[in-house]
Amino acid sequence: MSAHTLAESVPPVPGLPETRQPQQVSRFWVMWERSQALIPTLAALVLLFGMLIYAEIAYGRVFHSGTMSSLLVSFAPTIILAVGMTFVIISGGIDLSVGAVVAFSSVAGVMLMNIGVSGWLVMLLMIVFGAVFGVISGVMIEYFDVQPFIATLAMMFLARGLASILSTTPVIAPEDSPIRLLATDWEIVDGPKVNDFTVTPGLIVALLVVLGGFFFMHRSRLGRTVYAIGGNESSARLMGLPVARARICIYVVSGALAGLAAIVYTAEVGGKAQNVTGIGWELDAIAAVVIGGTLLTGGYGYVLGSIIGVFVLAALRLIITKDGTINPEYLTIITGSVLLAFVLLQRLLTRRRAS
Amino acid sequence: MGSVKTALRTPWFWAVVGIAVLLLINSIKNPDYLALSVNPTTGLLTGNVLDILRVSAPIIMIAVGMTFVIATEGIDLSVGSMMAVGGAVAMQTLSTMSGSVGAMFVAIGLALALAIVLGAVNGLLVAVVGLQPFISTLIMMLAARGIARVITDGQNTNATNEPFRQLSNGQILGLPTSFVIAVLIVVIIAFFMRRTALGLMIESIGINPHASRLVGIRPRPILFGVYILSAALAAVGGLFSVSEVMTVSVSGTGNLMELDAILAVVIGGTSLAGGKFSILGSTIGALLIATLNKSVLFLGIPAAATPAFKALVIIVLVLLQSERIRSFAFGRAKSKATPPDPALPAASKEKEVVA
Repeated sequence: MSAHTLAESVPPVPGLPETRQPQQVSRFWVMWERSQALIPTLAALVLLFGMLIYAEIAYGRVFHSGTMSSLLVSFAPTIILAVGMTFVIISGGIDLSVGAVVAFSSVAGVMLMNIGVSGWLVMLLMIVFGAVFGVISGVMIEYFDVQPFIATLAMMFLARGLASILSTTPVIAPEDSPIRLLATDWEIVDGPKVNDFTVTPGLIVALLVVLGGFFFMHRSRLGRTVYAIGGNESSARLMGLPVARARICIYVVSGALAGLAAIVYTAEVGGKAQNVTGIGWELDAIAAVVIGGTLLTGGYGYVLGSIIGVFVLAALRLIITKDGTINPEYLTIITGSVLLAFVLLQRLLTRRRAS
Repeated sequence: MGSVKTALRTPWFWAVVGIAVLLLINSIKNPDYLALSVNPTTGLLTGNVLDILRVSAPIIMIAVGMTFVIATEGIDLSVGSMMAVGGAVAMQTLSTMSGSVGAMFVAIGLALALAIVLGAVNGLLVAVVGLQPFISTLIMMLAARGIARVITDGQNTNATNEPFRQLSNGQILGLPTSFVIAVLIVVIIAFFMRRTALGLMIESIGINPHASRLVGIRPRPILFGVYILSAALAAVGGLFSVSEVMTVSVSGTGNLMELDAILAVVIGGTSLAGGKFSILGSTIGALLIATLNKSVLFLGIPAAATPAFKALVIIVLVLLQSERIRSFAFGRAKSKATPPDPALPAASKEKEVVA
């Protein structure tokens, strides 16, 4: 008796139409749902290519390896921040502190280099500084039920204030500091004139972060847990998933990536660090994540989508600088409107799914 | 004894203690800190305390506006940018008009009108579209700052209009005009909130929007109302702060003021979870922030570092809010051995952080 379960004891009915059809319907339904979740990302992709083609026709020299590589290099810190922000937003939270953490990390790091601490050690410390801010906000959110945006807003002000206490004037890293190595130009393709495809170690770091983020979210247990928290936190807890550990881990990773972004950015600007660096970067990162199709309510989203989001922002910046007639004052309004359009698109899709 | 205990439980009681401690520290550094004197050239009273009252006027405005938004379980992150919009409209209008009283009213009217439109957009996104308040107002924060830039063409416009300048620099019965106007506005609002059912309706939406819908409270007009009120009050705050120097700084006016407003509201005892508000508490919270701002300057700490102090205060406050809930929960579940007394020593520790 015990050898047979209930399902085994019932004889199979071959070719029963009732058992097959719902399965097909449900598979179709799953595919439809998945494609719906992809709509914002696809829209972003279409927008991206539309903008690039428009820019190529209107101003020329856009699909140039020189233009492309310099654009990629200048957006490397944003790519790193966007990956961290994707984790946080998929878990249903938000991290407003990343821009300020970049400022604190870079000012503190450069000052440490100036008093003679080894450059490599300092770079490690810069990541640790970021992670410490992440730990504090993670603990506040997980154990004290503070809303994520309040906790990280407090961290934003703390980091910005501490950076200002350290120095209100720009500090510059010593000439021989290894951080400058991160900004060396590596020519991959040697084109005619300035049309070379060059990458910097900083950009490579950003690409590695993207790859790491992709595997973390889609191939690791912790990544699955992050999706589960964003989908329904209490269900995740009831399933016995390590919610507390995962949530704190996300904020630590987001903070640490902000520290990494600080290293890459500081290297790129020639070792100069300022307490006003990174104002509004958290908004760029959030915008990139939302444009890339991650739901602000959590549970849905892709790391690679966020990278498309960063490219959309980069293309926007490219058009505005190439055009020259568009008032730079409109930039924040345009970014805001694009963000709003994508949030509304999300809202439309989630509402349809809910009903 | 009983009244002492209720005073200790009142959240804004600790704000009053905080103000007293800060004033005491300043008086220790300079015994003449609290002294008032008459300026021989203008015949007006001058003194540090009057200065604090003057700078508190804009903070009171945004804090009171934020109070109602938070009471509906929302948040308005756009108040700082709204101040810039108000200031920019006023300065741009006044720079093209004569220095008459009529010009002043035109400027104030236009500033309020634009703020109300932008506030209505916030209300539309939250109440009708159903976006999260924090993301709608974050977008508005971006967009409104851009709008302020567009209005003044990116310049820091200045203007001359004596009646308008008197808003911040004049005095009524020895008190700064802006402070008197701010208090009058708060009293009128408090009258409408507490002598009509409006306040209760706002609180009921914050507690449970569905239940309040069932008892016949329509949430949409009220949500529209609170976001419009918040934007209009922020514009008034912006008018106060530009009339002080008769210049609008498109990136500086109202920058990071949204945290001041949230902080004042939390200090005043309004819960971030919504459902109850204290207008008096928020006003006193705003006074504490103004005192903190001025004291930090007076004690010679760089002004850019103030965010760090505010961040510490807000971290302690939100932890206190959650700790309180915990001690209440534990006290009921286990025994009555530890009544919610632990909150009190913790609250006094927070004042040391302020100092």
